[in-house]
Amino acid sequence: MQFTTTPYTEHQLIEPGGNATGTLPGWMQDQDLLLKFYRTMNLIRVFDKRAIALQRTGQMGTYASCLGQEAIGTAIGCALKTEDVFVPYYRDQAAQFLRGVPLYQLLQYWGGTEWGNHFTGTAREDFPNCVPIATQITHAAGIATAFKIRGQKRAALVTCGDGATSRGDFYEPLNLAGVWQLPMVLVVNNNQWAISVPRALQTGAPTIAQKAMAAGIEGFQVDGNDVCALYEAIRYSLDKAHAGKGATLIEAMSYRLCDHTTADDATRYRSHEEVNAAWLKEPVKRLQTFLHQRGLWDEQKEQQLITDCQQKVEQAVKDFQSQPQQPVDDLFDYLFDTTPPHLIVQRERTKQKAARLAGGNHHGH
Amino acid sequence: MGIKETLPNNGNHSTGSEPATHVVTLVEAVNLALARAMEQDENVVVLGEDVGTNGGVFRATAGLKERFGCKRVMDTPLAEALIAGISVGMAAQGLKPVAEIQFMGFAYATFEHIISHAARLRNRTRGRLHCPMVLRTPYGGGIHAPEHHCESTEALFAHIPGLRVVVPSSPTRAYGLLLAAIEDPDPVIFLEPSRIYRMVKQEIRDDGIALPLDTCFTLKAGTDITLISWGACVHETLQAARELDKQGISAEVIDVATLNPIDYATILASVEKTGRCVIIQEAVSHCSVGSEIAAMLAEKGLFFLKAPVGRVNGLDIPMPYFQRENLYMPDVHEIIATAIKTMEYA
Ligand SMILES: Cc1ncc(C[n+]2csc(CCOP(=O)(O)OP(=O)(O)O)c2C)c(N)n1
Ligand SMILES: [Mg+2]
Repeated sequence: MQFTTTPYTEHQLIEPGGNATGTLPGWMQDQDLLLKFYRTMNLIRVFDKRAIALQRTGQMGTYASCLGQEAIGTAIGCALKTEDVFVPYYRDQAAQFLRGVPLYQLLQYWGGTEWGNHFTGTAREDFPNCVPIATQITHAAGIATAFKIRGQKRAALVTCGDGATSRGDFYEPLNLAGVWQLPMVLVVNNNQWAISVPRALQTGAPTIAQKAMAAGIEGFQVDGNDVCALYEAIRYSLDKAHAGKGATLIEAMSYRLCDHTTADDATRYRSHEEVNAAWLKEPVKRLQTFLHQRGLWDEQKEQQLITDCQQKVEQAVKDFQSQPQQPVDDLFDYLFDTTPPHLIVQRERTKQKAARLAGGNHHGH
Repeated sequence: MGIKETLPNNGNHSTGSEPATHVVTLVEAVNLALARAMEQDENVVVLGEDVGTNGGVFRATAGLKERFGCKRVMDTPLAEALIAGISVGMAAQGLKPVAEIQFMGFAYATFEHIISHAARLRNRTRGRLHCPMVLRTPYGGGIHAPEHHCESTEALFAHIPGLRVVVPSSPTRAYGLLLAAIEDPDPVIFLEPSRIYRMVKQEIRDDGIALPLDTCFTLKAGTDITLISWGACVHETLQAARELDKQGISAEVIDVATLNPIDYATILASVEKTGRCVIIQEAVSHCSVGSEIAAMLAEKGLFFLKAPVGRVNGLDIPMPYFQRENLYMPDVHEIIATAIKTMEYA
């Protein structure tokens, strides 16, 4: 008996050198959209670098950089409709920004205050960052179920990393999405590493995309450094979800050009050669070359953009740093709808402690 | 008694039969104990996320893969339920898995395997199978870490019949208690306070000798009041005890060390002597290990208590993101104030 496996080829519109791989789809005539991709990726790259600097100088906590993976969040943010719900993991700065989360608020999250999750506007139903790996995928399936029950034309888009695909919280909601034909899109940022563990040690399958087959849903690989290919794949999947035609798994092939977080040192477990080779495929330069070739970009515009991004990021840093200290009440008053009596007692006691600590009186009476 | 803190110097490696002596931090002591256990017993295997090539995100397993090979030091896929579940199976086969969960906040997915299987395999099979596994995980706050990296939910484990829950508070006890946990024929949850991973160094003889489980350690003798703690809080407790000494209050300090089963004999004997007691823990107070010790004292110690049992706890809220973390963490001031209040009862 002969078994066959479905081959998965990586969807790509622009190759690493910036050239079109074939006839480009009609939507790519939309210059504004192409420029929005480019501007967003640049802004997030500048933001990311500044966030690392804030951590290094003790002005912010541990930070998970998205260096080299800006195309994924950018494509997601541009493809989502306002009424969709976005369920991120923790490398989705670009998507969150495009959902209307101000940059200073992203800093607040990594800067150690829950107010960094208090989204308004388009993002008001979006979930906050998710640290317990893969758990967010199950929540997205629940959100999609709610849409389905109510007959709404909305989709839940959720992200995770390659490491996350090893957990039950990846397989279980994927399976459900197949059984219940959920309006859900799962984008896996396959950046090849889960901290120090390479993709090959997460699954014996040649691709993550093929896991969709077992779940009875559609799945494909996309070049995660090609923002246009990503956008097209995500738009297709969202349209399908909106039309009630079920869920999609997208494996975005990227590379984590940064350390896992600012608490990590990737030189312990991977080679410079590998990282250098990955730099040749990174998403920003690729789109820049493409835009240059089409006459949509020039050196002057580039200079203007750099200045503009830096200004926006510096303003975000200022806004982050000028936020008032979170009042003590906030630690207690958001746990329940109505704060129970024992917490009111603790709240008042904690106010005294805050005053004592602010006074710098450590022991003594 | 008190913790013996020695000046740092380089560990000298073993020549001949004399065990080497090392001056190490708590996390280095964990590493030494793991290496020693693997050396002594080929059934000991280490598994978890990033424990192999990377040597663990806190370096607790550094060098083990190089030394013992990838069959005994396994980088698993990213799946905590899997890590716990395969440990149950390996343990039933006579291996001694020492599984690392990267942070306590990610241990919750292991509960089904730990609670429903590891903790009761011996009992369910009337001794035919048993489960000599260790689940190690860093825990506790005060390290400026992101959310879910600062949990003190030891009570969740301590609540489960059939599990031993062990918490070291110094390099010496980390070494001796981890060896004991690995030697133990039943499942042990080994909680490592990350805040003190690198706080002090102690001299350790790498002699493979385990410390006793199910035993409290009296770290400082005293006559007026008993201060009871475990894990990282032991350090603030000792500091408070020294301050109280200066104020003429002689405090005895007990490190509980094994949270299930608890060595109540040592605690009761101490409180019988002092008549007063304060329990210090980083965990939330509700349904905590501190509550259990206080309940035991109410049952068995009422007639020699001269004052209500005092408690210094974390707050009954999730650990705040780190900007406000210090409001949550019990501090020396609170321990002293509670001790003094306890002393004020005639
Ligand atoms: C349930 C759980 N286990 C472990 C961790 C610790 N941890 C944080 S990120 C990470 C690796 C994640 O890798 P991947 O899913 O590939 O995402 P990436 O960070 O590479 O984008 C691990 C093990 C966690 N946050 N949650
Ligand atoms: Mg990854």
